[in-house]
Amino acid sequence: MTLDPGVIRKDFPIFNRTIRDGKKLVYLDSGATSQKPNSVMDAESDFYRNHNAAAHRGAHQLAEEATEAIESARGVVASFLGGAVDEIVFTKSSTEALNLLAYSIGSAPAGNIFHLKPGDEIVVSEMEHHANLIPWQQLAKRTGAVLKWFEVTQSGRLDLSNIDGVITERTKIVALTHQSNVLGTVIPLTQIAKRARDVGAIFILDACQSVPHMPVNVKALDIDFLVFSGHKTVGPTGVGVLWGRANLLNLLPPFLFGGSMIETVTMTDATWAPAPRKFEAGVPNMAQIVGLGAALNYLSDVGMENIYQHEIALTRYTLEKLQEIDQLRIVGPTDTDSRGSAISFTLGDIHPHDLGQFLDNAGIAVRTGHHCAWPLTRKMGVPATTRASLYLYNDESDIDALVAATLGAQKYFA
Amino acid sequence: MNLDSLYQEVILDHYKRPQNKKLATTFDAQVHHVNPSCGDEIDLNLVIRNGVVTSITWDGVGCSISQASVSILTELLIGKSITEAYAIYDNFVALMQSKGEISGDESVLEDAIALAGVSKYPARIKCALLGWMAFKDASVQAQAKSELE
Ligand SMILES: Cc1ncc(COP(=O)(O)O)c(C=O)c1O
Repeated sequence: MTLDPGVIRKDFPIFNRTIRDGKKLVYLDSGATSQKPNSVMDAESDFYRNHNAAAHRGAHQLAEEATEAIESARGVVASFLGGAVDEIVFTKSSTEALNLLAYSIGSAPAGNIFHLKPGDEIVVSEMEHHANLIPWQQLAKRTGAVLKWFEVTQSGRLDLSNIDGVITERTKIVALTHQSNVLGTVIPLTQIAKRARDVGAIFILDACQSVPHMPVNVKALDIDFLVFSGHKTVGPTGVGVLWGRANLLNLLPPFLFGGSMIETVTMTDATWAPAPRKFEAGVPNMAQIVGLGAALNYLSDVGMENIYQHEIALTRYTLEKLQEIDQLRIVGPTDTDSRGSAISFTLGDIHPHDLGQFLDNAGIAVRTGHHCAWPLTRKMGVPATTRASLYLYNDESDIDALVAATLGAQKYFA
Repeated sequence: MNLDSLYQEVILDHYKRPQNKKLATTFDAQVHHVNPSCGDEIDLNLVIRNGVVTSITWDGVGCSISQASVSILTELLIGKSITEAYAIYDNFVALMQSKGEISGDESVLEDAIALAGVSKYPARIKCALLGWMAFKDASVQAQAKSELE
């Protein structure tokens, strides 16, 4: 089966509106957030209309239905990722999931396998989103652990030439993005995960830019934790996922304390419910969790392999067309080998913010700036880039519009 | 909305030929400001003599709006008393925050009036204000320093 973006678009009502005085919406900013199909919005609104009550609390029918709704969404997420139901923790976003990990690890007492002491090492890379850099950087400061990182080459790949020097016997945590939100680069995960395993480090995968775009099965990957955000996977805002190996979730201390995450409580002490509940304090974002379930069902119906093949073909087309433009420089891999559909570029001396404004005037939505990866743009030697990021509803006509408007911008700012 | 209302000739001219874009080696105050959402950066050096702005020099990277705005600022404020400069500053900030509802006083703002169109693009207001915020910050520091002396 192949994917027809024209048919897909009919499921996404936002494409019925126009932009800047009647122009067709060309949405090339799914790396920031994706658009939502009707089925997701319907699921969310159906929850509020018909089943709303506090899940896991209350002895009434609505509470039962609300509990059933979020627990069945948990089942959907588990089978989407290939994990077990109890390995799925709902958070408000991947940012929160990564902070959960950093704070929980930081609070692990001596004797706990997560405990960090001065001199232990945490490894990230120069291509991390701030959400997968700052929590580790600050955790290192709090614990006296040493933050180390893989550098990025000028072609936008992780430099693994010294992998054994970066990941060492002292490494306790390796936290890496699966696919760069700026460069599109997909990292050589197997090789790095093996090295992490060999030295006994915990491997955390920021899958924000991979889970929405390609089949990802946690069983097939030698990793310990994975996070992604609902809103980038055609799902609602306000919901993210942390997947962790069951045995590790059991050993990891909780992060947020409050209702629903406890087993027993006295005035002076408390014990914790088993995972995942131990990590889900408070009434959860129920409607959003239900919406996420609908989103992943939507993606599964289309087929993640179909989405992946579609995006690769469109990425190839985009890279070819963009590179025909004089003075346009792709920041990141220039072919589709181990690369996804986030495509950053610069255009001569034209500042990305000005280019973005010009594109916006033509109805084309892109992102400009450092894309929450400031150390990376600095490393690539550019103050900022323009990024087009693709998804299942994009097609070649979107790219043709981007190319035409980019050529127009060159004339305008000449 | 029309792009030309944003990118007036005056703006593109200043962008291509920025004024006072070379940091003076002597100054009363030096500031570095960034726009964290887009990565634009500016260094600005300021001299105030007997209550008069005698030198504003700068260097930086950024979009046409941020670069033109600071270039225009230097031409407008050099030679003005600090009181006049603050009046112009207030006038400009009000214009930027007006959402396009006021057209600005050209007799006060001169070339800076060309930036009026920016107020209709919320994401660009910070670009236009970057240099102005840097100036305000530097002027406060310079005056605090002269009070100490
Ligand atoms: C690679 C990567 N990691 C983390 C995040 C943070 O996601 P969120 O803002 O949804 O928490 C993003 C989102 O831009 C991302 O692209």
